[in-house]
Amino acid sequence: MVSELPWDPKTGTLKRALVDGMINPACRHALEAALILKNEHPTEITVITMGPPIAEEVLREALAMGADRGILISDSKIAGADTLATSKILADAIKTACPDFDLVLCGCHTSDSETAQVGPQITEELNVPGIAYVDQLELNNRSLRIQRLSDGFTETLDMPLPGLITVTTQQNAPRYISLSGLEDAFSEADITCLDLNDIGLNSGLTGSDRSPTRILRVYSPVTEKDNTVMRGSAGKIVQQLFDQFDDKIGGAIGKDIKEHQS
Amino acid sequence: MTMNEQLTEIWVFGDYRNYFQNRVTLQLLSRGVELAQKTGATVCAVVFGHEVDEWVGEYIAHGADRVLVIDHPELKQYKMETYVNLMVQLIEDLNPDIILIGATNFGREFAPRIAKRMQTGLSADCVGLDINEDGIMVQTAPSFGGNVLAEIITPECRPQMATIRPGTFQEIPHNYERTGEVVKLELPDNLPEERVKLVQSERSTQRFQRIEEAKVVVCGGRGMGSKKKFRKLAELAALMNAEIGATRPVIYANWIESEALIGQAGKNIKPKVLFSFGISGAIQHTAAIKNAEFIIAVNKNPKAPMMAMADIAIVADANQVCTAMIKELKRRIR
Repeated sequence: MVSELPWDPKTGTLKRALVDGMINPACRHALEAALILKNEHPTEITVITMGPPIAEEVLREALAMGADRGILISDSKIAGADTLATSKILADAIKTACPDFDLVLCGCHTSDSETAQVGPQITEELNVPGIAYVDQLELNNRSLRIQRLSDGFTETLDMPLPGLITVTTQQNAPRYISLSGLEDAFSEADITCLDLNDIGLNSGLTGSDRSPTRILRVYSPVTEKDNTVMRGSAGKIVQQLFDQFDDKIGGAIGKDIKEHQS
Repeated sequence: MTMNEQLTEIWVFGDYRNYFQNRVTLQLLSRGVELAQKTGATVCAVVFGHEVDEWVGEYIAHGADRVLVIDHPELKQYKMETYVNLMVQLIEDLNPDIILIGATNFGREFAPRIAKRMQTGLSADCVGLDINEDGIMVQTAPSFGGNVLAEIITPECRPQMATIRPGTFQEIPHNYERTGEVVKLELPDNLPEERVKLVQSERSTQRFQRIEEAKVVVCGGRGMGSKKKFRKLAELAALMNAEIGATRPVIYANWIESEALIGQAGKNIKPKVLFSFGISGAIQHTAAIKNAEFIIAVNKNPKAPMMAMADIAIVADANQVCTAMIKELKRRIR
């Protein structure tokens, strides 16, 4: 499957321009959580993403779900940004586009690299309270009560606004997008495209310059065993499996599974 | 880049909250000791909390040369902002070269915030750590849609930081004869107040799975077909005293709670026998099961990567084989 992945073996970074522009699953849950909040507490939802021009598709999808406006940070200098650089760029975009924000919601991680680092790092950059891996949330008088499962503990936490949370995929199942919503999102979408200059990052540094990490190499580990292949009906295969490996399986499960003559 | 850098100190964050279920701190001490031997560094555990002498003793018994402790009633429960402030202050005072943090939920929120404050690099959920000829730590992490592994370094900024997936390394057996230096530090009085308030914290009613230590694991993927069919794995697992694991798509589909995730952002396992049902085998998952001794994989697609790494590759419908196994085991076990 590696050959189908658009990563550049020279730089070891993902050619994001070639990845189709679909909202990351956890971010979709974050947007749903925002839309539910908006139902009870009228507000404006701005969706911000960073990437090549095609990432605009992500914003259109978000607008179709119900977001009010979209901001795309696109700049050739962004390439090669690691999580530290990405969080700096996104935090500066938030400060520029939404200086009076109440709440930032992020997906808890992306499905491509799953570092889960950008949300907590934006929290630090914005210097606001933040909570990661949020399952449920409820807003009362500018205080957000959240619930999450963290390392085997069910935690209830209160966080004053403004603040930042990262949202898991356990709750807030995303709504379906209506056809009319989708049409509107493509005809009269409120989308602004900003580059690094627009958000005050005009020092000429590239994403890669701002990134303390370097990728030495990227490789696909190959594990192939000289294995036994079994085919046929499920019942027969299972008989054969337990007959042939009764010691191994029985030993591991601590039960006698030998076929007894009766 | 500093050539032939001499490391002096490797820090391991003491994440003791689930000491008996999650041994990641001990596993990191163990790998820390190996890395330190290559460079002459010392391994230092950092412990924040209240009445933590027990953990301090355990960390020394498992390989720490030194333990930095801040013991105060204020720290009785894990507090993110306070712990970040304390750690950053210690790093600024003592300049460690490397900081290793277990990829628990807490660790994966804690580490990026520290890295941001220190303006240094951080790799996530590593499955390998080594020191190269220049004395730089090479961090191996699954990446890019989970199909490849990346080797990452932080050549210039310090400290070099990584979170490491639980189960990646083997802990050193405890030795209570070992001695180490315990450095007790005062809680600074200039700490900003924690902005996030912990209202309630309860051990989850779900049994805390010790899947990392399980002898038999039954893992299910999207190929099981549906949430209802996936639940059959629980019956099979119960018959075999096995733990249940799952892949990312199954967690996304909400067929089982996220605690069951095997692979990136989840757990590594090393069972004697692993049953893999309807799993195609993205590296996010396969990197986490490579230490399984004997793998039986069921998949309709004989070319799935999971089948290539199995000892027994069963080409069939995962759900049907699961059902047949339940029936056959019930007949055989008496």
